[in-house]
Amino acid sequence: MLKSQREYQEFWVVNNKNRLITQEEYDDTIVDEFDQREIFDIIRSINDPEHPLTLEELHVVTENLISVDNAKNDVCIKFTPTIPHCSMATVIGLSIRVKLLRCLPSRFKVKVEVNPGTHNAECQINKQLADKERVAAALENSNLIKVVNQCIAPRHLG
Amino acid sequence: MAKLELIQTLKKDNGRVWNVSWHPKGDAFATCGEDRCIRIWAKDLLGKWSNKVVLTDGHKRTIRQISWSPCGNFLASASFDATTCIWDKQSGEFECNATLEGHENEVKSVAWSSSGQYLGTCSRDKSVWVWEVAEENEYECAAVLNAHTQDVKKIVWHPTQELLASASYDNTIKIFKEDNSCDDWVCCATLTGHDSTVWSLSFEGNGSRLASCSDDCTVKIWKEYTPGNPEGISTSDNNSVWKCVCTISGVHTRTVYDINWCPLSGLIATACGDNSIRIFKEDSDSGPNAPTFNLICNVEKAHNEDVNCVAWNPVVKDLLASCSDDGEIKLWNFVDS
Repeated sequence: MLKSQREYQEFWVVNNKNRLITQEEYDDTIVDEFDQREIFDIIRSINDPEHPLTLEELHVVTENLISVDNAKNDVCIKFTPTIPHCSMATVIGLSIRVKLLRCLPSRFKVKVEVNPGTHNAECQINKQLADKERVAAALENSNLIKVVNQCIAPRHLG
Repeated sequence: MAKLELIQTLKKDNGRVWNVSWHPKGDAFATCGEDRCIRIWAKDLLGKWSNKVVLTDGHKRTIRQISWSPCGNFLASASFDATTCIWDKQSGEFECNATLEGHENEVKSVAWSSSGQYLGTCSRDKSVWVWEVAEENEYECAAVLNAHTQDVKKIVWHPTQELLASASYDNTIKIFKEDNSCDDWVCCATLTGHDSTVWSLSFEGNGSRLASCSDDCTVKIWKEYTPGNPEGISTSDNNSVWKCVCTISGVHTRTVYDINWCPLSGLIATACGDNSIRIFKEDSDSGPNAPTFNLICNVEKAHNEDVNCVAWNPVVKDLLASCSDDGEIKLWNFVDS
């Protein structure tokens, strides 16, 4: 538990570093297309399956490794596993996919890939994450979906 | 200009529809998907397609594919729950009277041989099983084939022979037959050429060629060269060789999930992850060893999401059914004007 207001504020500030609110965001007349930043906001708070930290805090996801093409309905996320032999890389990728699946309109085609050169089994992980049939089967696996849901769930303070 | 005219859009399933399968008589079809039910559709008195029967309680997880027996009396369903169910109407209503177990995990595909004597299944456990249909709802496992090194996505039988083709996540296609000398099923050919998962297969009407589609965004046409073929393509062990004679690339912009070669018209339809349905026609001027297939119809946004399956009606020429992740089933009429 965070004990004081001050601690809470520090927590908040840490979690919101580099997050400046632009004037456009206050302007209701601007049509708000999905952009890098909005996608990043959806996935930054996903929890790591093993550590009590978010994917943003572990630098697994960063805003500059996200690309969005609204016209083509394309969203591509490249994530960086913490170590090149990370055994949780598939679960992390799956959590990112599931979170976006639940948050984005269904028209989007989401691709989640390992940031090139950052994992030993990069090709296998990418192929598995891109196979919607295997992703669908994985999400019917009660143990796996429990882990994924824990990663996606908002973290309880303390 | 050739086109696909939309006849009707159907929606009943909750969530993704994985497969559409026409009854051999062509007057009904079955669909299945994420909602664990099988639906059977037929025309109502007004001539509109409507949902006649819903089969529930057969499976505990997604139903990936369904397949009618050649006689039309049996329907087989392959599920992520690792079982295959056989449904029949002997009691007057559709009932599941046999459940085939044995695969370690998700069953991805099921298909009946043209004689109705065999049933094939394949799974994420990398194996292909051949079941022999015995009497009275009995199915005996005739072979467990472990030739693939990864998840097996799809199996199809040859239209006239007891020859089984399988497509896999290991990027290959394999062909199996019964070896009469040892009374065992063996892998008699491996077709390599795709650069990623092979999702689906379809034989040409006479069985001499096979079309495949893949995550590598291409379609390939494979031709059988039998021993002693006039082209002089070498064969070994008295087995046919299947060679890729045509690759269609640069047309599909995403994974091609399904392909169907119409035995009535010779047209090839594809279902793609870019939401499109495409129709290809063979160029009559091209040679048999280097055929060319032309894209004659491209329906962009045929569905709102990935198209998972395309199926030509086996009786009514140019009638095509498709289904999608968007939960819809569509019926189309192909018009070549």
